[in-house]
Formats: sequence, structure tokens, C-alpha cells
Amino acid sequence: MAVFNRVESSRQPESAVYDEVVLAGNGWMRELNPGQVLRIVDLEGNQAADTLFYDADNPEDHYSAVRTITGQRNIYLSAGSVLRAESGKELLTIVADTCGRHDTLGGACSAQSNTVRYAHEKLHMHNCRDTFMLQLANHAEGGKYSKRNLAPNINFFMNVPVTPEGGLTFQDGVSSPGAYVEMRSYGRTMALISNCPQLNNPCNAYHPTPIRVLIWDC
Amino acid sequence: MENNDWSVSIRPGGKWSGKIGRGKRLRFTALGAGANVSVLLYNADDLTERYNMPDTLKAQYTAHLTRGHTLMSDNGRVLAAIVEDSLGWHDTISGYTTREETDAKYGVTTYQETRNDWLRSGRDNLAVELVRCGLGVRDLMPNVNLFSKVYCDETGELHYDTGHCLPNSTVTLRTEMDVVLVLSNTPNPLDPRTIYPSVPVKLEVLPSEGAVGYDDYCVGFRPENRRAYENTWEYYALQGR
Repeated sequence: MAVFNRVESSRQPESAVYDEVVLAGNGWMRELNPGQVLRIVDLEGNQAADTLFYDADNPEDHYSAVRTITGQRNIYLSAGSVLRAESGKELLTIVADTCGRHDTLGGACSAQSNTVRYAHEKLHMHNCRDTFMLQLANHAEGGKYSKRNLAPNINFFMNVPVTPEGGLTFQDGVSSPGAYVEMRSYGRTMALISNCPQLNNPCNAYHPTPIRVLIWDC
Repeated sequence: MENNDWSVSIRPGGKWSGKIGRGKRLRFTALGAGANVSVLLYNADDLTERYNMPDTLKAQYTAHLTRGHTLMSDNGRVLAAIVEDSLGWHDTISGYTTREETDAKYGVTTYQETRNDWLRSGRDNLAVELVRCGLGVRDLMPNVNLFSKVYCDETGELHYDTGHCLPNSTVTLRTEMDVVLVLSNTPNPLDPRTIYPSVPVKLEVLPSEGAVGYDDYCVGFRPENRRAYENTWEYYALQGR
């Protein structure tokens, strides 16, 4: 499970009920209905789409990296992975994946973590957690969510290998222009995306790029 | 109190939470083999600041925790550091057990039938203590599992090392901020054994050993750690503390 499980989708963009490009550094927040399928496309390759999910009927129950990991006993996400909430509830299943591996240990960049990881002088730089918080601030239902709801997220298209000796590294790689991941929502699920603006991490050659978000009713 | 040790023994299935000032040493001792204590940490003065597993792991390029590692908050500061460790590996990627998992693995127990011998779940324990501290289930986050070794093979599959924690294994955290500490002595969800563990864990809170500076092992462990300490020191300096 969850190891380079390449599954292509037969869904066509023309039949999507929603289709939008999210530029690097921008956010996106939208509720999925039961059964809807969300596709995120890595338009130019090696971009990171930092993504959180919530049970929209019970926003206190957020996506949980550790619950998802222990549920499938594997740290990487791919087609077949069930994305679980902190309670254990199934939020979505990844139904198609042409990238091969997605990270859920690395979390989102923040101004504060950038000062730790790179230099104190990085505090002013745009970051994913600012994007998450601006989405909550501006969304009609953002008042249901706060900083307390910002749990460790998924980094779609990111490759963060862990070694048997317990090391962790950031590597280039497994994604490519046009690679996509698709997931079907079990119930009403709030999705929150920060299209990562990271300029300190060489994973995207210091060139953050747009993603495309599509939704199908099916 | 300043010069006296304080300790508590947390029985299997037990839980504890409390506010602990910065500079204290928290020594955990496994009173048997195969212990697991799930730990959550919050800034006592701002409960929205809490232990952040990804920030901790990526800043230190590690997927496990041992001496020298710091437990970082989501605000780029050090909540606590691991200053002593007889085991060399503590887990932070496999979470805690739910009620459903506990019932499925160890058998359904109820308080009605077995009174205080019923088998507690990690989530229930942590949820109760969080609510006691003014928080709730929205504040449940990936935690630290002291005494557990969970490693990944090359394909990402997780493996729990059943022989890892020997009796009297110890690990000592030093608080670098005023924290709310939340504990649950419940099994690691990946522990394959189907007998509910019966390992009490002792927690001793020991006095400070003095100011932490640039010559400290955890501060100098990595440049990232030094910067996280500088953020922490600045946070208290701005408060005149």
C-alpha cells in the first residue's frame, strides 16, 4: 500500500464542475460534497501543494498525519491511501496518482520555522501557514477554524524520504509537469490548500509554480 | 519545592497533565519492558502554541528523537529538549490509540464490568486532559511516544521494535518554556502485542541545573537548534523574564 501506486484517471477536465488555477503563494479553500472527486495538478513539476482537510460537519476533527500513517502502516501516500481525521474517521481516499509518492511528515513552512531552518533574516518571507491563516480569515466559514485547527498537513508532490536509521531528507523528484493526484471525499469535507511559495528549499529549483484544482461530481 | 524532587507513577492506562515551569528536568523511567508514554506539549502562556511534529523533524533532519533533539513548537521555539536518553530512539510518527483500536486489539472492556481495570485508550485519555486544561479535541496533534521505536524500511513500511524498551530505561526532557504537559500511558498503536501492557512509568520533576547557553549540548546540536533557542530566549526577554 502507498508505494509508487500509479493509477491514471479517466476523468476529463471538460466534465469537471470546477476548474481553477492557483498561483504559487496563493491559497484555496472549498468544501467538497459527499462523493465528489478533487484533482490537484502539478502544472510545471516539483511544486508542493500543502493541503489540509476537515470534517466539514465537525470542523474540530482535522486531517491527521499520524492517524493516516498508522492506518496504512506506511509513511508515504499514493493511490489507495485513506486520508483520516484525528478521530480515525475516513475523510477521503486517493483514487488516482501519477506522481507516485506524497509526503505527510514534512508539514507546512511558516515564517517562524523558516527562521529556524534557514536564518533569522527569513522572517519576512511569504510562507504556507500565512496562506492558511489568510484563507481562514477571508472565508465565509473561516470563523469555524482557527490556528488551533492547523494540524500537520499533506505535501502533495513532495518527496521526503525516511531511512531505516531514522534519518529524514528532502529530495528532488518524483513529480513532473502535469502529474496529478485525485481523491474522493466520503462526506462533506473542507479542503484548505496553500500552493507553497517556498524560496529556500531547492525542491522546486527556487521557482514556485502554479497548480490546477478540479472537482467532479461522481 | 525548589530543591525537592517531585514524582508520580503513572499506571498502565493512566494519564496526567500539569503546568511545569521552564528549566525543569523531567525524568521518565519505564518500570518494566515495553513501555510507551504519549506526550503532548503546549506553551502554558499561549495554548495555541504547541508541539509540532513536522517542524521538529525537518529542522533536525530526523525521523526519530533522542539526546540533543529539541521538541519544537509551531512558532519556531523550543518547548523542551532531550538532555539524557538511555534508549537512543523515541517515536513521533505513529500517534496514539483510539477507543476502536483498543477494543479491537485487546478486547472490549467496560467500566461497568471491570471497574478501574478497564482498558483506556490514548485518545480518550488525551481528550480528557485537554478539556481539563481548557483545550479540546481540535488541539489533538501528532504526539511524542517515549520509549517506542518505530522505523521505516526503504518502501516506507512501518516497523515497531518489540525488544526496544528494557526495564528501567530512562529519558529526560528539559523544559525550555513554561509548558502544559499532557501524558497518556497507553500502548503505541503499532505495538503488535495483543496483551495490554502493564508497565507503569515514573515521572520525576527535578530542579533546574542553571541557565542554558551556547555551550549546551542541545543548543549546539545543530545550527537550527541554536536559532530555535535564540527565538525562545527572545520570547522571554521581550517579557522581561
